Amino acid sequence: MSVFKDSGHLFRLAALYAAGTLTFLGIRGLFVPHSFGQYGHYRGAAITEIAAHPVHFAGHQTCETCHTDVQQIKKSGMHAQVNCEACHGPLAKHADDPASAQPAKLDTAVLCVRCHAASAARPKNFPQVAAVDHSNGVPCETCHQPHSPAIGTGGVK
Amino acid sequence: MNITRRQMLILLPAAAVAWESVLAGTPESSPNYKMTEHWWSMLIDISKCIGCGNCVRACQAENDIPDGFFRTWVERYHVTDWNLENPEVISPDGGKEGFPSVTEDQNGKYFFVPKLCNHCADSPCTQVCPVGATFISPDGVVLVDQKYCLGCAYCVQACPYGCRYIHPQKKVADKCTLCYHRITKGLTTACCEACPTGARQLADLKNPKDPIHEFLRTHNVQILKPQMATGAKVFYNDLDGSVR
Amino acid sequence: MMTGVEGYMYPNEITLYWSVLIVLYPYITGLVAGAFILASLERVFRVDAVKPTYRLALLTALAFLVVAPLPLQLHLGHPERSYEMYFTPHRTSAMAMFGFVYLWYLMAVLTVEIWLDYRRDIVVMSQSSTGLKRWIYRVLTLGSSNISERALAIDERVGWLITLVGIPSAFLLHGYVGFIFGSIKANPWWSSPLMPVVFIFSAMVSGIAAVMLLYMLIMRLRREKIDMLCVDTIARYLFYMFIIDFSLEMLDLIHRIYEADESFRTLNFMVHTKLYFSQIVLQIFVGTLTPILLLALTQVLKFPEIVRKRMYSVAGCLTLIGIFAMRWNVVIGGQLFSKSFLGYTTYKMALATREGLLMSIALTLLPLFILWVLVKLLPPWPERVQGAFPAETPTQ
Repeated sequence: MSVFKDSGHLFRLAALYAAGTLTFLGIRGLFVPHSFGQYGHYRGAAITEIAAHPVHFAGHQTCETCHTDVQQIKKSGMHAQVNCEACHGPLAKHADDPASAQPAKLDTAVLCVRCHAASAARPKNFPQVAAVDHSNGVPCETCHQPHSPAIGTGGVK
Repeated sequence: MNITRRQMLILLPAAAVAWESVLAGTPESSPNYKMTEHWWSMLIDISKCIGCGNCVRACQAENDIPDGFFRTWVERYHVTDWNLENPEVISPDGGKEGFPSVTEDQNGKYFFVPKLCNHCADSPCTQVCPVGATFISPDGVVLVDQKYCLGCAYCVQACPYGCRYIHPQKKVADKCTLCYHRITKGLTTACCEACPTGARQLADLKNPKDPIHEFLRTHNVQILKPQMATGAKVFYNDLDGSVR
Repeated sequence: MMTGVEGYMYPNEITLYWSVLIVLYPYITGLVAGAFILASLERVFRVDAVKPTYRLALLTALAFLVVAPLPLQLHLGHPERSYEMYFTPHRTSAMAMFGFVYLWYLMAVLTVEIWLDYRRDIVVMSQSSTGLKRWIYRVLTLGSSNISERALAIDERVGWLITLVGIPSAFLLHGYVGFIFGSIKANPWWSSPLMPVVFIFSAMVSGIAAVMLLYMLIMRLRREKIDMLCVDTIARYLFYMFIIDFSLEMLDLIHRIYEADESFRTLNFMVHTKLYFSQIVLQIFVGTLTPILLLALTQVLKFPEIVRKRMYSVAGCLTLIGIFAMRWNVVIGGQLFSKSFLGYTTYKMALATREGLLMSIALTLLPLFILWVLVKLLPPWPERVQGAFPAETPTQ
């Protein structure tokens, strides 16, 4: 069988490639993460890893478990739908241990105009004022209690 | 109001236990969450957005976003008369600090458009990922496995909405996770939590009791770039035709 | 506003992620595919005139193919994870599939074809050379020194078969690069079914031009006579390919202009401003029309040899510049405009960074260095082979 004899080098090459392919498959088995393919073509464990990221905004339900007094004031006012952390910022740390983190003091001069400064870009039915004409520098909370902003509806703070 | 966590536990055991599991951040602690029972989406009501930038700031606080990149951002459109094809759009620092005030334009209109990942059901970004580092989860959220991502940026090129970027320090693709770490624990997303007008609402399309079904039935709702056929799941109410 | 931004970009679009390295990648793979097609002209289509470049073309293809994945690798955020591309390839990803097309082309086509073609020389040199070289050749023989008539005849036949498989493989290799861009529906500058076809033909143009230039250059360095019949034939094929390539590109252009879809105004403006120099001037006028004109003149008129050589050299150089500009316009141009069609950003090439200018120059020179080593190791021209075996491969 001289055809086989004379193509011996080709078989050597084929064997080399076969060995390479087997090595590749072997290494592949070692390297592919265990949870790969659990749900689809990705690492299933990635989902639980992402789900385990820390939470910064506690959520208004959590705030309301303690701050029932504020909730009472808020619920009938114009800001009933504005969640606590929309103004007070993320306070999960505070919710976890109130002593360890205190909410920052808020500056109404910055905070209120963020939403209520008059701009033609805002929806027409949204309450907005040109701050300078409206109050002439008098702080917002002098007249409006932030938790229930309509004048005369809330107590002081 | 001076109450410790222990006192709170006594006061409201159920709520407190739920909160414990939220903070612990371990998947075992939210055992009632089943991925197959949810299909997440978001509803954005343009007619309610006031362009305050709360959502952008909340997203950055919740998710530690590098400066100059955005998982969510707000655009302000200015469309003059019938000139729908040439809107003038701005988004200074993603709208993070709000927008400059404008006065009434007799010949045009202004409005805000919050943007985020559309968590497309047929997402072009996950399609092109060479290694399976980005994927849509069984509950309909497009996520990035940052331990597996090569940082090739092919997904960034493939997203029609500009929602992805390469994290400048981590060198991997980064994008909105729809606050996956929150929604799997019964919380809403940070942007929805911080939105003062309810212009953004997290919605679960698989939950028959979710108010989104009623809303979709009774409003004229659109998705962005429908011609891309991406199966986008962020629904916009009152969206102007000039928005792209 | 941000520097370099005009109009409105989505905020995440301001940074451009595919740098000059990703320009190099299709450029280099294109040279591979083109050089291989030229080699197969002789082998499969029996264009005997181009025989002097057959082996050079194969070695050129190999030298560039080895370098082709480097720019990709260097541009990755996590190069150390690139093995994932082979271990967990995503079936729907053009990029993942490219990894396998590349491997197929490198291992199953090019390496085997070169090995079969050189096997006789390798065996001879494994016996005649000394030192390190001897060891290299011995490894390359795979322990078989059978160079009997029959064995070589088998090699010839298998080699022919591999070249035959190699032609569609070369098309696949570079067509796939085109598909990586052409399949991105989000990007109207890329998204086009013509993209893979344009890439293939521009690849052939650049590869043929590169081998032609290399052949003339090496002959000059070796102080040998340039085979004018060979160069004339290559130039003729270059001319034909160029006509097809240019027609396809113009077809794409005319189609875009006539359809004038939603993206047209933005892209049109971009071509007339930010891309004006690289697209209109470099790619179309300098890099395409001028070489086509030069090549056309050599086809129509009879010039003396020295003039033809000059014209071919100029046309070849301009071609390489033009095709590079084409890759640049595709890759960089595709990222300069906003997918909102409302604005433009700017690409600032870094100098000495991992994705900078110096790196891309190094990566362009690297294949030439590899080619030099390959030519030393596997001399393409028989008269330099020690042991002086005749050049002709035995005919069946």
